[in-house]
Amino acid sequence: MKMAVSVLQFLIFPGFLFTAAIGLLASWIDRKVTARVQYRVGPPWYQPLADIVKLLGKETLMPAGSSQLLFFTAPLIGLAGVTLVSMILWLSNLDPAGGFIGDIIVVLYLLTLPALSLILGGFASNNSYASLGASREMKLVLSYELPFILALAVPIIKSGGILTIGGILNYQAANGIVVGSFSGSIALIVAILCMQAKLGLVPFDVSEAETELMGGPIIEYSGGPLAVFKLTKAMLLFTMPMFLIVAFMGGISVSGLSLLWGILKYVALLVVIVLIRNTNPRLRIDQALRFFWGRVTVLAVIGVVLALFGL
Amino acid sequence: MSVKIKALTKSLWVFHLSTASCNNCDIEILDLLTPRHDVERFGILLVGSIRHADVLLVTGILNKQCKPIVKKMYDQMPKPGFVIAVGTCTAGRGMFSNTYMVDEAEPLDKVLPVDAYIPGCPPKPEAIIDGIVKLVKAKGK
Repeated sequence: MKMAVSVLQFLIFPGFLFTAAIGLLASWIDRKVTARVQYRVGPPWYQPLADIVKLLGKETLMPAGSSQLLFFTAPLIGLAGVTLVSMILWLSNLDPAGGFIGDIIVVLYLLTLPALSLILGGFASNNSYASLGASREMKLVLSYELPFILALAVPIIKSGGILTIGGILNYQAANGIVVGSFSGSIALIVAILCMQAKLGLVPFDVSEAETELMGGPIIEYSGGPLAVFKLTKAMLLFTMPMFLIVAFMGGISVSGLSLLWGILKYVALLVVIVLIRNTNPRLRIDQALRFFWGRVTVLAVIGVVLALFGL
Repeated sequence: MSVKIKALTKSLWVFHLSTASCNNCDIEILDLLTPRHDVERFGILLVGSIRHADVLLVTGILNKQCKPIVKKMYDQMPKPGFVIAVGTCTAGRGMFSNTYMVDEAEPLDKVLPVDAYIPGCPPKPEAIIDGIVKLVKAKGK
């Protein structure tokens, strides 16, 4: 019985179907706002869904000389990872006492799976552009993980070293949200920058780089696997801001009017993402690495030290 | 109408292939993405990889060097997909019909199954949009 409930949770409510629906809507908002920023009209609301359905109905081509098993399983790894993250986050968000010890560390690990799936898929597809994109993605993961973990250390330190998402939510419900403090707001800025890189959006879209690598790791993908990659990206656009909301802004309360307040937090983060994306040029991979290991890490360390002093 | 074709006509991703064109048609095609014409409102995007594409948009006279490449590109496009020929050159070679560098027996529609021709030298962006809308309507029936 418990097993069946978990499977249903994975497939329908906090898991796959729910995250996919909100993620596709969010990626429409992303495209529409981008279009409006550029004085264009932009696509209709069902556009991301139409893209996915179309890709599922198309032929899947297999590049010659690629590793077949890895080529087809790589997209699924990322999809499973992001679904699981969304499920853990929402279950903790709905019932803060329901998590397990160390679930925030599990979420941190699972959030690297979409990037890992891009790397594996890129190297499996036997294409020089894909390999180049995959190696850039690998460097990008190395560069943003350090400041991201440091930024997440701030809410953990503030809540007294509790390693559960539910514990951090309970602390914020009792003592005010983490971003309200000085160290918390510094950590949120760092986390937003890392989120931009995790989502693979401008200025950190070095691995996909439409204009120089023609899609990077996903260049050889077509049909169903490409749809899975696009869906993973859309779902990540919902899950990553949700993670930051849970860690820094006290989560989304689903009772009555406070749900609107929660939606407002998400939309605010989404708009920040879209505006950063639309007002910046693409960085080179060495510039991105220097940026993350230099200024951003220094900022994150300052945040952690301030949090240790209780600011 | 099947869901597959309906979704395809709602989200055409275009791969743009120039086969020895004078670049006028290519500039008119890029005009389609600008705020004035904005084809993204029909779900049309320009993609960089032929494996993501649903439409092979061909411009130019198709000279002998480009012919095998065009065939290869069409084979690499996942089906179902469309081929659109933009410009007078692609449809009937125009003023280049007697040059030595084209294979006179094989214009584009002998090499690939062309779904829509958009004549003009170069065709206006409005004409290209009109052609695509007509193609979508014809295929969506």
